[in-house]
Amino acid sequence: MKALSFVVALALAAGIVVAQERRVELKDGPGRAQVEANCNSCHSLDYVLMNSVFLDRNGWDGSVTKMIRVFGAPINAEDAKAIVDYLAANYGKS
Amino acid sequence: MASRRDFLKGTGGLVLAAGGGWAASHAHGAVPAAPGFAALPTGTTAESELEALPGKLPLIKRTLRPPNYETPLSYFSEDLTPNKAFFVRYHLAVIPQIAADKWTLKIGGEAAATPFELNFEQLKRDFPAADLVAVNQCSGNRRGLFDPHVTGVEWSVGAMGNARWRGARLKDVLAKAGLKKEALEIVFDGADGSVMPGTPDFQKSIPVWKALDDNTLLAYEMNGEALPHWNGFPVRVVVPGWTGTYWMKHVIAINAVSKPFDGFWMKSAYRIPVNRFPIVEHFASQVTEANEPITEMVVNSLITNLSAGQQVAVGRAFDVRGIAWDGGRGIAGVDVSADGGRTWSSAALGPDHGRFSFRGFSLAVTPSTAGAMTVMARASNRAGATQTNELIQNPAGYHHNVIQRVVVNAA
Repeated sequence: MKALSFVVALALAAGIVVAQERRVELKDGPGRAQVEANCNSCHSLDYVLMNSVFLDRNGWDGSVTKMIRVFGAPINAEDAKAIVDYLAANYGKS
Repeated sequence: MASRRDFLKGTGGLVLAAGGGWAASHAHGAVPAAPGFAALPTGTTAESELEALPGKLPLIKRTLRPPNYETPLSYFSEDLTPNKAFFVRYHLAVIPQIAADKWTLKIGGEAAATPFELNFEQLKRDFPAADLVAVNQCSGNRRGLFDPHVTGVEWSVGAMGNARWRGARLKDVLAKAGLKKEALEIVFDGADGSVMPGTPDFQKSIPVWKALDDNTLLAYEMNGEALPHWNGFPVRVVVPGWTGTYWMKHVIAINAVSKPFDGFWMKSAYRIPVNRFPIVEHFASQVTEANEPITEMVVNSLITNLSAGQQVAVGRAFDVRGIAWDGGRGIAGVDVSADGGRTWSSAALGPDHGRFSFRGFSLAVTPSTAGAMTVMARASNRAGATQTNELIQNPAGYHHNVIQRVVVNAA
């Protein structure tokens, strides 16, 4: 997967000892691809699972907004909406 | 007799289910929560497993990348936490492997008159070594036990450790850099960095008076050995009494500044509401009307030898054992209750390794009747602070020091 290979390449270039990271399985559903493509570059996807299930839609929206505004995640508006929809539906409380 | 620790050492990787009791419950994905607290989020529990980073014993994985792994409860039965079992916490995922003979530390900044550079040999040779025992605890230790839950790394009780640190005194290194009168804060930068260019680099500052404290170190040894890679090899900052966020790992630059440092991780992150916690040391140049940076740890304790539902015998004494710590005032006492807080007795305190260290405690308790017994421990420090009965809510999930309640069963 492109994003993860980039991270591994960067890691190897910087002399970091890193074993092949195991894949974190997210639930299937619309928006899963956007989450995997956008969120996995900076951190493993277990950050999502770990922060469940206690956030409602507002909570997930706040988290994704923070990723973009504060941590500089380059996510376009369309993907951001798909990501929040996915997280609220699959890892959120109703 | 084989201990749990021997069992863990034997596997070196994921612990597989074997036999009954504790070992069996450590099958893949099943790490028991520390008893006597609110439950972790369901997703956190489902995702936790025992896993060994290179050079480490199996620890409880919270996240793979960047790595956030906590220490299993069993290691807190001893006052010093073994290096291989010491917890691991990173904000950013680019973590270089540093060779000691290639490492340099730049000391400068606009409030330093004589900036200079040090290598590893010079740091060890040119400055007298100091050592002390101090607890390193993540500001968010126990965040996972908040109710209601808050976002972040959902730690249970193991994002902390106690070690004997040895290194140069930061004040001696700063003296050589010639601190100017106007020096206000000392900023630390570590070698780890972010994947994305837009992510704020992890840099922290401490007040100049804290940097000049005799106990603030540039540590190159932990429990008599070189720092593990994951705990900051070759050199990390040690700020005894203050939470782990200031203990910059893989430190490579130290800058004296005359204005409050405004990096994200200082200005916006790691903030607590003002006047909500019983703390003594405040970071005055960083205080705002609404909040202030987290500084010293709050007084706290952990029962290390009992599990939820453990069977004890009516009429026979059993020990309640654990550790207590605080932000450096020193532990005045630990009280233990075996009747859900109706009556309390003073526990005996163990060896005193200094005011920044874990302090062991123990009290023998004899159940007089059959049934559930709620065992509690409540530490107090020499500033008169004690633990809370109810959680002090704060949005970032810091300073959890609620009194633990472990229910055992007398029969």
